[in-house]
Amino acid sequence: MIKQKTMSKLDVIESQSIYILREAYREFKNLAMLWSIGKDSTVLLWLARKAFFGHVPLPLVHIDTHYKIPEMIEYRDKLARKWKLNMVYGQNTKALESKQTFPDGAIDRIACCKSLKSEALKHTLAGDWPRYRMNHQTGKYDLDTNTEPYTGVIVGVRADEEGSRSKERYFSPRDRNNDWDVGDQPPELWNQFKTDFAPGTHLRIHPLLDWTELNIWEYIERENIPITKLYFDQGEGKRYRSLGCYPCTTPVESPAKNVQDIVEELRGGKFANIAERSGRAQDKDDGGGLETLRLDGYM
Amino acid sequence: MNNTTREQMNVVIVGHVDHGKSTLIGRLLADTKSLPDGKLEAVKANCKRNAKPFEYAFLLDALKDEQSQGITIDTARCFFKSDKRDYIIIDAPGHIEFLKNMITGAARAEAAVLVIDAKEGIRENSKRHGYMMSFLGIKNVTVCVNKMDLVDYSEKVYEDIKVEYTEFLKEINLKPKNFIPISSREGDNMVTLSDKMPWYKELSVLEALDHFSKAAPDYARDLRFPIQDIYKFTAEKDDRRIMAGRIESGTVCEGDEVIFLPSKKTSRITTIEGFNLAKQTEAFAGQSTGMTLDTQIYIRPGEIMCKANEKQPHVSSKFKGNVFWMSKEPLVKGKNYKLKLATQQVPVVLSDILSVLDASELSSIKNKPQVDRHDVAECILETLKPIAFDEVNNISETGRFVIVDNYEIVGGGIVLAPVFDQETSLNQHIKEREFHWERSDITPGKRAVKYQHKSAFVVVTGQADTGKKDIAKMLEEELFKLGKFTYFLGIANESLASTSNSNDKTLKRVQHVRQLGEMAHTFTDAGLILITSISDIDDYDIETLKSLNRPNKTIVVNVGENRFSEGYIDLTLPKTDFDAEVLKNTVTQIIQLLMKSIVLDPEYSI
Repeated sequence: MIKQKTMSKLDVIESQSIYILREAYREFKNLAMLWSIGKDSTVLLWLARKAFFGHVPLPLVHIDTHYKIPEMIEYRDKLARKWKLNMVYGQNTKALESKQTFPDGAIDRIACCKSLKSEALKHTLAGDWPRYRMNHQTGKYDLDTNTEPYTGVIVGVRADEEGSRSKERYFSPRDRNNDWDVGDQPPELWNQFKTDFAPGTHLRIHPLLDWTELNIWEYIERENIPITKLYFDQGEGKRYRSLGCYPCTTPVESPAKNVQDIVEELRGGKFANIAERSGRAQDKDDGGGLETLRLDGYM
Repeated sequence: MNNTTREQMNVVIVGHVDHGKSTLIGRLLADTKSLPDGKLEAVKANCKRNAKPFEYAFLLDALKDEQSQGITIDTARCFFKSDKRDYIIIDAPGHIEFLKNMITGAARAEAAVLVIDAKEGIRENSKRHGYMMSFLGIKNVTVCVNKMDLVDYSEKVYEDIKVEYTEFLKEINLKPKNFIPISSREGDNMVTLSDKMPWYKELSVLEALDHFSKAAPDYARDLRFPIQDIYKFTAEKDDRRIMAGRIESGTVCEGDEVIFLPSKKTSRITTIEGFNLAKQTEAFAGQSTGMTLDTQIYIRPGEIMCKANEKQPHVSSKFKGNVFWMSKEPLVKGKNYKLKLATQQVPVVLSDILSVLDASELSSIKNKPQVDRHDVAECILETLKPIAFDEVNNISETGRFVIVDNYEIVGGGIVLAPVFDQETSLNQHIKEREFHWERSDITPGKRAVKYQHKSAFVVVTGQADTGKKDIAKMLEEELFKLGKFTYFLGIANESLASTSNSNDKTLKRVQHVRQLGEMAHTFTDAGLILITSISDIDDYDIETLKSLNRPNKTIVVNVGENRFSEGYIDLTLPKTDFDAEVLKNTVTQIIQLLMKSIVLDPEYSI
């Protein structure tokens, strides 16, 4: 007797993401995964545990802007300890010390993003700015002695988030300056991706490209993935739909108290036709804000 | 209906530039109410303000502008729903310059809508794109003859195009599901049938899409499980050794007898592994999974696991295939490229071009010396190591490949058939070498008498840190003390191939083995006992070394765990652990073997 063998939509995208993660793990010696603590990259982290049978055999890199909502850092370190993650963070110390930030300094949102995120990311990946690694004996972060550049960087962007992300490939090359050539991207045929790269260049790997915001929440629900409580209404009728730095992220009006509520809200409720990043101010500052940032190495 | 169980289909829209692809998509989005609230009205009002006629194609442009502000519809992929299923529409560029992007989009599609302008008729890219659909194996194809309003909804114009294009598609083995006369600008036959063309009584575009059938992975097919990687994570005392990958076809159960190709190693499935999953005893096509085996066999990522009792893929280093070329640098004979097929990666050379097809004219060009950008060529490709593959019509997932040059994917291809009868380039090379080699008048026999031993090539192999090099060097010293003519060739694994200025690891390894074999042949021909140590080689590499060193003797000594198949190793010895006593004992055993292998036979005479 042949049993029914069907894969749901979530099974299909899960399988594809795992395939991509395993391709990356095999091909890149210096591979890292960016973990922004948000729902997408936490799903990505979960998918890594799926791909590697409960293990996470690669460093998770967090770019700490110091403007992250404090609960995010708490949640990061709790999960890092619990899952014994190889947790690394980097930051733009200079800009933070000299207060070249928004809104304290005389710079706008885009410039602040560029400095605290893009610049910090670039140098943390390259290894020429200090990296701090969690010491699981003490639970504290030590200066990381490994300063080798990461040549493969796994990022949780989704095609449905906004225009420039929809043009991405699963394996997307970046040159020495982290620049992205949107006009001349490598072909991806069937399941063959660009896994070869010239010295000095690196690749961004995007396993979540085919996922929608709704898929992410459906999967969090199905797999029971621990997620930061900032996404849920704590009783004030407000919650974060997208997480960033507090000066530039505003919560949305929503009574969703748990994952099921959010799934309902996205399926047919009030957010079914409103873009996810509408609470992220840097996207709006100059029309093509995010594309400008992304050309320069922003995730 | 539960969102997670709804079916989703990727549809690519193709056709010549300006034949109305964007208008068709704009109309579909508008008529299925898939646009954000107020969008249609806003674009119409904008057109009115600027005194230009409204076009549905503007909807896509307008969406582009809006994207940077965070609306969730994109140019490359639009989302819309019918009652039956969710669609992702892939907008493929019609211009030849963007063929690479078109292929990337289309390779993800399960269905295609090919648009032809009724007034302009069939153009170059109508044919080229049609051919690419056939090449990519897209079975669900609908041809829309667009802009019927410009030809007065003439049945004759439609029929003429239909006949001509059907004829063309027949030549390339593509049978479209249907032809539909439409005007996407006027909305005729898009969602419902139009009264402007009463002579057409078949399906509207939307109905045609809903009539496409999703190709369910065929679980009844033979198992193909390309090994993506082999994991042994030791954290938390995990002792599983897991073969990881995605099942491309068939099913597999615990207890199944399996064979790995091309190595032909066999084992049996012990468990199906997963994380945060209920215990499973079976896995099937489409799943990214992992398995443990009941024997400790050594294979590398790239091998294809099959069931022992099912039909297996071909194993060969030559095959006939169709290649679609995307690079400005032409595909030429004699140059080393990298082939990626399923999870196998292996150096490849173009060994012959049978014909080059001009896809827009369907004329085939014989005797073309190279394959240029945008050409499709039927060729013979030769990999420098045997690989496992299927014919694309049998199992497409293991019958498709890409070619990489200078870090970039530059070609895509499909396997038509294996080639077995022709000589491999290695054998051909050896034959030529023998032919051109001016032999010395001092025969091997004369040398053996003079030196008191025959020549031999001693290969000491095994995993890293097993003390191979110490053994090889001590062996040289002991033989030298015995008065034998010997030489230890100590050269790091990849430095021999450094002249190739290639960064391709797979190519470097193959070249290293070949050059080592070549050097060995010279030394053994001179009557010496050449000793070398090498790690990370497989059965096929040993075969290559032996072939190149023929007719002289090659002796392979394995140190530590033996990962080779039966018949490849002459002597297996334990790891030395860098202990002087063990080392001495090991070398003595090798010398004893050499004695027996007549190399050092004191009784030897001509």
